[in-house]
Parts: sequence; structure tokens; C-alpha cells
Amino acid sequence: MTGYFGSYVVVAVLLGVGVAIFAGGLLANRLLRPDRPTAEKLTTYECGVDPVGEGWAQSQIRYYVFTYLYVVFAVDAVFLFPWATVFADPGFGLTTLVEMFVFLAFIALGILYAWRKRVLTWT
Amino acid sequence: MTFLVSPVANPGPTSPGPTLADFGHDPLWISIIKAVFLFVFLMVGVLMGVWTERKLISRMQHRYGPNRAGKFGLLQTVADGLKMGLKEDLMPRKVDKLLYFLAPVIIAVPAFLAFSVIPFGPVVSMFGVKTPLQLTDLPVAVLLILAMASIGVYGIVLAGWASRSPYAILGGLRSSAQVVSYEIAMGLSFVAVFLYAGTLSTSEIVAKQADGGSFALGSLNIPLPSWYAVLLIPSFLIYVLTMLGETNRVPFDLPEGEGELVGGFHTEYSSSLKFAMFMLAEYVNVFVVSGVATTLFLGGWRAPWPISLWDGANVGWWPMLWFFAKLVLLFCFFVWVRASLPRVRYDQLMHFGWKVLIPLNLAWILMVASFRALRVDNSPLVIVLMAIVVVGALGVYFRFDTVLQRRREQRAAQEAEEFDQLRDQPTAGGFPVPALDLPHYHGATTGLNRKEVPSA
Repeated sequence: MTGYFGSYVVVAVLLGVGVAIFAGGLLANRLLRPDRPTAEKLTTYECGVDPVGEGWAQSQIRYYVFTYLYVVFAVDAVFLFPWATVFADPGFGLTTLVEMFVFLAFIALGILYAWRKRVLTWT
Repeated sequence: MTFLVSPVANPGPTSPGPTLADFGHDPLWISIIKAVFLFVFLMVGVLMGVWTERKLISRMQHRYGPNRAGKFGLLQTVADGLKMGLKEDLMPRKVDKLLYFLAPVIIAVPAFLAFSVIPFGPVVSMFGVKTPLQLTDLPVAVLLILAMASIGVYGIVLAGWASRSPYAILGGLRSSAQVVSYEIAMGLSFVAVFLYAGTLSTSEIVAKQADGGSFALGSLNIPLPSWYAVLLIPSFLIYVLTMLGETNRVPFDLPEGEGELVGGFHTEYSSSLKFAMFMLAEYVNVFVVSGVATTLFLGGWRAPWPISLWDGANVGWWPMLWFFAKLVLLFCFFVWVRASLPRVRYDQLMHFGWKVLIPLNLAWILMVASFRALRVDNSPLVIVLMAIVVVGALGVYFRFDTVLQRRREQRAAQEAEEFDQLRDQPTAGGFPVPALDLPHYHGATTGLNRKEVPSA
């Protein structure tokens, strides 16, 4: 557990432990619980009324464009983090600030464009 | 053997605490102890949290809340958990079996993982080994927390998708749209903290909040507050809002709309262990965002002001108590909000996230960055830049304001026109409409001379 990747190994091991605990819990649950299925029990619940047709219904998904916007903004946020970290270090100064302003202006332009195109409204 | 209270050598009352260099030296068994502690803490925390929430909210609503199982109903959640673990589990015939099974695991595990980088306290001596009270720390610890929150979204989407029920999938999609939207605002609200702390490591962010330093204004030395919640109050307020949205809590608890979506993405999970895992993940996520709020904005495990005057407040095992106290208070805040506020509408939620929180955040980051630059190198160019930013932001705001105002007026005129038309011909819209402007709508009683008739 030493060295640069030691801390990451701990996280990976914890992931393994977590999966093991929850999978184990579900397995124990499977062994302990009664299991007496009937056709009525196994119908999809939906809203309590007997389901009609296939499981999925076609419907208009609002705000799906937001997922694209999310990708753009999430990547932007990730670029902002290292900048914010080194920002005050010696050797970075005004130039870093201006560069990041330009970068943020591009992001802001993106959201303004989406706004103007009325992507951000209930359609 | 007992835990020994033995602080590090000469820590002093203002010792900033462990840094990244203090991690990665733990023997395996210490790591195991910490990991087991994390799981036990979160499991017991969820049991107690559910009870606290039910009890607290019922007192706020003048009810008793659970009071049958155990003293004060303390065992109610344990009883519910046992019931969920032992009752028949129904897997509807149509579901996608693998994903239906995996979704609760995918949502619950990352919630626990995020807690591995939350600092509980400074370096203590645990069975003779000096170790920080934190499982691990990474140079990108906060990024890990955000990443875990993103992976949790997969659980929501997959649960909705695998259920093969229209309400479940609608709930899942709505929930994921909400969580990703608020995650961006959340990530942006951290940037100001990083600008001040200069690191993404949670233990070092806590260390940076030990002492606020001072701001030299001419010959005057103004001491700055040490908590980022005070120093960067807009960031903190935005974070508080996003943490409610991120964990799907009131007033942003849209994924479960009884009237429109039944139970949302977990409609098809009958009250079984899988459903219990969704609930568990929800509460663990509340603890995670509260822990992040504590670490990044509220000074982490460091004692609040009056207590911090005591030299022993920030050494040894005491800080764990301050950390828990902050966590419990934040949790009570969640409950308080739930008892006080009605939920918002879906489009209001998205509107608020994208059109208010994100632009505000971007503008605030620009301000903070300029201010920091001013302190790093004191050149007049920075002031010019700051002025340009302020003028630009105000310009964009006013431009939007006038456009929005014009649209609002247009819409109002259109509506007024429609009303006029309907008043003239009530059937014009294709269906009969009652007269829209009857006098008694306005409280008038002209022409009507009603009298109260006494009953019996």
C-alpha cells in the first residue's frame, strides 16, 4: 500500500469489498427468502392496473439535449480543476488568468447559444 | 487493547493536520480496520439517519413518528430492514434480468466508495501506529467523489430501463437529467475552493482552512475567516442547493412523483432487499454530500470557533466528534428543508439549474480568479480585466433581461387577446368555456342578495 498508486489501490480494493458485500447480501437474501411465484405476481406493476401492450411505451423525452450539454460542461469542469489548482503557484500569473478567461468565454458562449436556440426550455 | 489518545509530536493548537504525504504508509491491517469502520459507520448511520429523519419530521408536523419498535422506535428501521431482507422478492417476467439485478449494486457501491476520501480527523495513534483518520487520500480526491456521483446515475438509468415499465423509464430519465444538471453546478462551485486551496486533496483542503490568513489593505491587516463557507459564500450557497438536487431530496425530489410517475425508477422493485439498497444508497449519498460540504466549506474535522480556543480541540480523537456534529447538523438541515418546502416543478428545476446556477457560478469563478490574481501579482492589468469581466457580465445580463422582458410582454398580450376572444365567443376554442370574468370572481356581490339560512 505504498507508492504513488498505493492510495488508488486502496480505493480499488474498497470497490472490490463493496461489490462483495452487496453481492453477498443479495445472495444471502436469495437463500433466506421464500420463493413462490405465480403468474399474477410476476406481472409488471406499472401503476396497479394490468399492463397493456409491451413494457415500453413511446413518449416524448424532454430535455434529452441536456445530456450533450452535460458532456461539454463536465469536460470543461474537469479542465477547470487543474487550472484552479496551479493558479496561484509561482510561474503562473496573469497569462494563466487570461487564458482561462478565454476558455470560460467559450463555455459561456456555448450555453448562451443553447439558450438562444431555446434548447433550455420545456419543448 | 484500547485506542490511545496520543497526538503527533508537538502539534500545537494550529497544526494544519495531515497532507497527501501522510498517506500510503498504512500497514494492511490498519487499512482493513478503517474500511470496516467506514462500512459499519455508514450502515449504522443509515439506520439512525432514517430514524432521525422520521422522528424529526414528525415532531415538525405535530406527530409522534415511529414509537413502537424498541425504545423511542429506535428499532423501527432495523425491523424494516430485516423484513426487506427476508420477504419474497418478485422479479417481474418482462424485466431485463441481469440489469435489473445489477442496478441496485451499481447505485450503492459508488456511494460507499466516495466516503473513502472524506477526512474524519488528524493523525492519531491507532494501536501504536500513527495514521490519519481517513482511509485514503488522492491528489484528485474531490474528482473521485464527483466521479462516484456520476456512476451512481448509471444505477438510476439502468434500473428504469431494465424494469420495462413506462413509469420506471420516465422516472429514470428524469432523475438522470436532474442529477447530471446539478452535478455541473456542483463541480463548478468547487472551483472557487480549489482556487483558494490550490489542491484537490481533501485532507489538504481541510488543512488550508486551519487559518484564514489576513488581507492587507494598505497598512490595515484584516484577518480573513478560515472556513470557505464564509470566505466563498456564493459557492457555498450554490453547493447547498446542488446537494439537494444531486441527492434527489425535497424540494428537488422529482424522481418519485406519486401522481405522475408512481415510484419513479424503482417502481418495479417490490419492497425487497433490492429496494432497500436503493434507499440505502439514497441515504449514503446524503451523508456523502454532507461530508463534502463539511470538508470543503465548513472546515472539515476542525473545531468551530469557541471550541477551537481550547488547545486540545484539534488533536487526537476529538476532531471526529466535531466532524460527526457537523454531519448530523447538515443531515438535520436536509430534514428541515423537507418539512418546510414544497417540491418544484420539473421545468422549474431544470430552468433553475441551467439558467441560474451555472451562469452565476461561471461569473463567480471569474470574480474569484481575478481577485486571487490581484493578490498573487498586484498589477493594474488585473484590475482592468476585472472591470472588463464585470461590465461584460452585466452587459450580457441586461441584454437577456430586456429580451426576456419583451417576450414576457408578448406572451401577456397574446393571453389577453385570447381572453378577449373567448369572452366574445365562448365556444371559439372548440369547447365551451364558462364566462371568464364573472363579477363574483372579483369579490363583488352586486345584484345578489344572499342570506345565510340557519340550519335546523
